[in-house]
Amino acid sequence: MAAVTVTNLVKTYPSGNRRATDDISLDVADGEFVVLVGPSGCGKTTLLRMVAGLETPDSGTVSIGGRDVTRLPARERGLSMVFQSYAIFPHLKVRQNIGFGLTMQKVGKAEWNTRVERAAELLDLTDYLDRHPAQLSGGQRQRVAVARAIAVDADVLLMDEPLSNLDALLRLQFRAELKKIVARLGTTTLYVTHDQAEAMSLGDRVAVMRDGRIAQIGAPMDVYDHPGERFVGGFLGAPPMNFFTATVHHGNLVVDDQSVPAPASLAAWNDKKVLAGIRAENITITPITQDRAQEGVEAEVEVAEPTGSAILLTVRWAGGELKVQTGPGVRVAPGDRLRLDLPAAALRFYDPETGLALA
Amino acid sequence: MRQTRPALLLIAPSIVFMAALFLWPLIAGVTQAFHGPDGATTQYVRRMADDPYFWEALRNTALLIVVLIPLQFALAIVMALLMRERPRFAGLHFYIWVVPLAISDLAAGLVWLSIFTDRGYLNSVLDGLGIPTYSWLSFEHPQTMFLAVVVAELWRATSLVFVIVIAGLQGVPRDYDEAASVFGATYWQRVRHVILPQLRPSLQVALILRTILALEAFAVAQALTGRNFPLLVGETYQWYYQLQNPNVATAIALVVLALSIVAAVGYLRLMRP
Repeated sequence: MAAVTVTNLVKTYPSGNRRATDDISLDVADGEFVVLVGPSGCGKTTLLRMVAGLETPDSGTVSIGGRDVTRLPARERGLSMVFQSYAIFPHLKVRQNIGFGLTMQKVGKAEWNTRVERAAELLDLTDYLDRHPAQLSGGQRQRVAVARAIAVDADVLLMDEPLSNLDALLRLQFRAELKKIVARLGTTTLYVTHDQAEAMSLGDRVAVMRDGRIAQIGAPMDVYDHPGERFVGGFLGAPPMNFFTATVHHGNLVVDDQSVPAPASLAAWNDKKVLAGIRAENITITPITQDRAQEGVEAEVEVAEPTGSAILLTVRWAGGELKVQTGPGVRVAPGDRLRLDLPAAALRFYDPETGLALA
Repeated sequence: MRQTRPALLLIAPSIVFMAALFLWPLIAGVTQAFHGPDGATTQYVRRMADDPYFWEALRNTALLIVVLIPLQFALAIVMALLMRERPRFAGLHFYIWVVPLAISDLAAGLVWLSIFTDRGYLNSVLDGLGIPTYSWLSFEHPQTMFLAVVVAELWRATSLVFVIVIAGLQGVPRDYDEAASVFGATYWQRVRHVILPQLRPSLQVALILRTILALEAFAVAQALTGRNFPLLVGETYQWYYQLQNPNVATAIALVVLALSIVAAVGYLRLMRP
């Protein structure tokens, strides 16, 4: 087991005109599971590959277990990896594939067998050990790739979008299984994905990346609840966070003729525009009544999408379009007018220029 | 049944082609080798076997294959692995290494003759350096004669293997190299455990092709040594043109055919995964 420390990593690809990773620093504690998530081209895979030793950084250092490995080839870094394409060897049987790392390390026969069988058992591959990869389904190949990675008992486990080639149902099943296995092994894990749900569900910490930088890193629910910038709120969550521009005016957020109470912390922004964000599930809807004291803003339903466990509404109000998540029992139809409650405690505020969270 | 007619129509041209250019000559060849003026005969085969040149040609051809092919494969694989490392000017290297493919064997033989012959380039260089010259291609020096043929054939025919291996290597995804190195494989372990096993089909094709072509080696040796270093196909030429005996020539050609079939089937069986 070992911690991974990445310091000021810079990498520019010869063909690219901007930095793939731009001065990234990251600490992964011993035994921690950190997920790098971000849209394609954000540098997450490049960062992982530099930790693996498959790319050489222009500057900066990578250390594993306190040892500077920046200039070491991949094979001397004591890590293992699951590839997006699986990269299991077609000419070797499942058994030899799982034991590949052990064969390279010239592990003795008895131990080789024990460790291969243990890894196979952990991934339900015992019945397939004597097959060739071509005789396996995609999901089983994926399991072989994971079994090969854990058979070597490496200090650090790297995973590059390991679930992205599985169909949705299998991905969901295997996600939970993967989490269980990694938790049981306690290996330090760095995991790359573009799927925000996967990132949320797997990581002890999630690092949301954008344009070669880490936009925000933290426990999944912290990052989800308190996005440090507009981009993070818009990337994490399905549906993503709602944003609208409002003017702060005497303790209220004003949009056209509508207003909701603003928290006291916005006092400094009086008469200025702010970007407000709110999660779909934090908005509650009520029918419009004649009660003058009724809180909230008026909106009209444009689309209602039942998802089984909830109904996702797309509504339009003075501030634009909002996604609202309601319970499955609510009866609404397009064209209905509603009152939306935007609780002050659930509102997050951002600088409309920079997109960064307001203190 | 409805499918048969259009299918037949579609393959008819190639059936006609194969029949006219392969099947018919084969039948004609067998007839010529085993049919004399008085009906079926083995006299041509016996005549072939009684000729000491035949056995020498058989031995030389075998020797050439045994020495040449391992060397060619080793060279071609090393060259292809070097190309895989994407060196600078890779395109230029590839082009230069493939040039011999485009040169006819006879032309290649003549080029090497101008190098190895008594007053050739090699001896001129040696002379210029004050080293005594040597009759490389003299029948008194069978070793250097053989060496000259090997070198010339190596230059001429390695590029074929190289091209096939390169094509095969391109089918081995780089992910495999990366996975192998992450799991602790050194370069040689990667070559041995990952790259070579996946090259097996390409190597098999190259081996069959090269063996058959080496059985047919002729022009280079002919240009360099004449009949001093006889090869099987050279002997068919001798019998056909010099000795005006097409029957014996065909008998030798059938030996080459039989050896080619044995080699191809043997490789396919041996290299079955």
